Amino acid sequence: MSHNAIGKNDVVAFKLADQDFCIDINLVREIRGWSPTTALPHAPSYVKGVINLRGSVVTVVDLSERLGFGPTELSPRHVVIIAWHEGRVVGLLADLVSDIVTIDQSTMQPVPDIASDPSREFITGMITFDDGRILRKIDLAQLLPAPEMVDG
Amino acid sequence: MSDNDDFLEMFFVECDELLDNLSTGLREMEEPGHEIETVHSVFRAVHSMKGAAAAFGLSDLVTFAHRFETVLDMLRSNKLVADPPVMAVLHRASDVLTDLVAAARQSEAGDQSRMQELLSELDGLIGADAEEEEENFDFVPLALDLGPIDIADQATAFDITFAPDADLYRSGNDAVALLHALGQLGDATVEADTDAVPPLSEWSANQPRLRWRITLTTEATETEIKEIFEFVLDCCTLEVTRSAIDACPLPDSETTEVAPASTDDAPEPLAASETEKGHPATTVAGAQVNAPSANATIRVSLDRVDKLMNMIGELVIKESMLNQVVETAGFTENPDVYTALEGIRQLAGDIQESVMSIRAQPLKLVFQRMHRILREAADATGKQVRLEMLGEATEVDKTMIERLVDPLTHMIRNSVDHGLEDAVTRQRRGKPQQGTITLSAAHRSGRVLIEVADDGGGIDRTRVRQIAEERGLVSPDATLSPSEIDALLFMPGFSSKSEVSDLSGRGVGLDVVRREIMALGGRVMIQSQEGEGTSFSITLPLTLAVLEGMLIQIHDQTMVLPITAVQETLRPTGASLHGVGKNGRLLSNRGELIPIVDVACTFGLRRDMAPLEEGVLIVVETDSHRRAALHVDAIFDQRQVVIKSLEENYGRVPGVSAATILGDGNIALIIDPEEIVQSSVSEHHRSSIAYAANG
Repeated sequence: MSHNAIGKNDVVAFKLADQDFCIDINLVREIRGWSPTTALPHAPSYVKGVINLRGSVVTVVDLSERLGFGPTELSPRHVVIIAWHEGRVVGLLADLVSDIVTIDQSTMQPVPDIASDPSREFITGMITFDDGRILRKIDLAQLLPAPEMVDG
Repeated sequence: MSDNDDFLEMFFVECDELLDNLSTGLREMEEPGHEIETVHSVFRAVHSMKGAAAAFGLSDLVTFAHRFETVLDMLRSNKLVADPPVMAVLHRASDVLTDLVAAARQSEAGDQSRMQELLSELDGLIGADAEEEEENFDFVPLALDLGPIDIADQATAFDITFAPDADLYRSGNDAVALLHALGQLGDATVEADTDAVPPLSEWSANQPRLRWRITLTTEATETEIKEIFEFVLDCCTLEVTRSAIDACPLPDSETTEVAPASTDDAPEPLAASETEKGHPATTVAGAQVNAPSANATIRVSLDRVDKLMNMIGELVIKESMLNQVVETAGFTENPDVYTALEGIRQLAGDIQESVMSIRAQPLKLVFQRMHRILREAADATGKQVRLEMLGEATEVDKTMIERLVDPLTHMIRNSVDHGLEDAVTRQRRGKPQQGTITLSAAHRSGRVLIEVADDGGGIDRTRVRQIAEERGLVSPDATLSPSEIDALLFMPGFSSKSEVSDLSGRGVGLDVVRREIMALGGRVMIQSQEGEGTSFSITLPLTLAVLEGMLIQIHDQTMVLPITAVQETLRPTGASLHGVGKNGRLLSNRGELIPIVDVACTFGLRRDMAPLEEGVLIVVETDSHRRAALHVDAIFDQRQVVIKSLEENYGRVPGVSAATILGDGNIALIIDPEEIVQSSVSEHHRSSIAYAANG
């Protein structure tokens, strides 16, 4: 484990519809290939269903659908990022995981006002790189369905 | 420090048991013709707590327990009669003691004013004897005083003979500890009497042969000496006599001195004497292990049992995976493979049942607490109420026991406050002034049924309806059946008393009860008869871990239907099917018309209802005795499935109670028959009763 200087931390970068996104590495538990899910009745369209992760039931969220890119066309090459948030475990469906990047908090910029794109509310910041690449940092708390929302 | 914490925790666990004994005992004392032993057991419970509390320096507890004990002692020696007013004080004292223990557990001070109040009530009972007892009380801290004790002028010498029976050791008492305790009272000379010890060839490890003669010079009275032996009196021979020569004899070479300060280096008498005779000291340990004990129990932390339970869950899953593998490999024809698999399946079932029985606990543990709740509720409302309990030996899973306390507390309060009429009204209606609340439990078709019934006025449905309309919970023109009106009580934000009462109107309504019970996989229902009373019934699964289910196919998914709900399965034929309107479909089965529920549509897996000629109908009966025929695509199998929570990582799904993992590693949803039937009904009514599916 590398010890990062203050203000730096590692993120897992992944691709969705040719855009680069990332989430904090501390939230990621593991990354696994896509396997068929069991659909949940009355679930929002971005909830793909549930999978068996070594004996526990984990919800899989289709990030592409959630961020407004439309549903992912599934193939075994897709990946599920198993993340942990406030005691709940969730699987995030993405096209592919590209890298683990150390970012400097100071290079993080707020999201500019880009009309009312649905993806805006799920992104906490943008990280720019010298080569012109941009990483969009995802806010898990916004992304997941709140438990009471799901409750009938 | 952590050792001390461990001991403290053990003390509290023990206190819980003693408090249970105490409240049970107190109730038994109220019954006519109770045995004197009951009073003794109550006394012992309080006394043990006092002793242990003193060791931990919990002064409030000690003070209170002591005063309590004094009153109980007076009862024991017939100086006081256990009439209802006295018993009421004792009950309250027991409540305060419970609170004090709870406060001590949280390292808090507790409710001092309540304690003082009860102390003075107890003093009132003690009356004239109070002062004398007060002196007596001073000896308590002495038990902690490890310093040398002055032999004052008035010290007397006692000759004590102590011969423990085998039972003394069997019940876990230690003769040495008792001797040490004697040593703390004053100057003691202990002599082991080895006369009865036979030669090695005749030695029986199960039969203690040692006796002790103790000469004790102390200021303590004979009673105080006997008190040390209080708990072992029935399993030893004890003689305490005043010594003829009132002097402290010098210890000679053959005696072992047990002085207050030398507790650590005093040799273990039994072992010592054995070594003398050439016996290995280990026989002592052997003897205690081998000693037959009728009711041997051990304390095991719940974590370990939970872990075991989880592993058994995995075993059940692995077993079904193995089954599937064998099937795919085409080995099922081989009778040996079949027998072996069947053997494993049986064994897994047996293991699981055994572990479940470890976790099972009688409902008595919750029910008992309700006496206090009832008493307090009755006091607060000024009503006279009696609590009747039936079937408290019914066992449920331990986790459920803990989580039932709050809902039941609330329901009892609700029954006292809202269910029962006041004494005047009751009299006018020709009922006994004292109301009765019945708390009963029973096993019913694989589930546990708990009922809280009162003999009050029943639900005033007009009033309930009116309130619900005022609160905007239901529209004025909705047609509601009586049971639908009753169900309004469970709506959030419903409180039926116009003025919020001190007792149950704390903004927490029956909706919370319903939610808590549902979280346990249970259900609450109301039955009410005007003028005769209301009864709330809770049904709960026996365990939160496994379920016997029927594997069915719904559209492209495999789902599980709890077998307890299934009544029969049938292939639909044209003659027995009837349409009602556009979407209503009925099955006529043995003269009964049963609504047909298309499960795939209800779950939104399919838009249009499948033709009935395809698939299978499963007739289910729900906990609320509603019947429906579930239309499914196919039935695969019947098997045990492990219950996995959906709520942990997702949330509640209407019509689904939980999930499970199938043999192929995929997840299958477990259908909740009650909800799926109800949701298909409310599809028609939309009367906003109970829950509405958000689909």
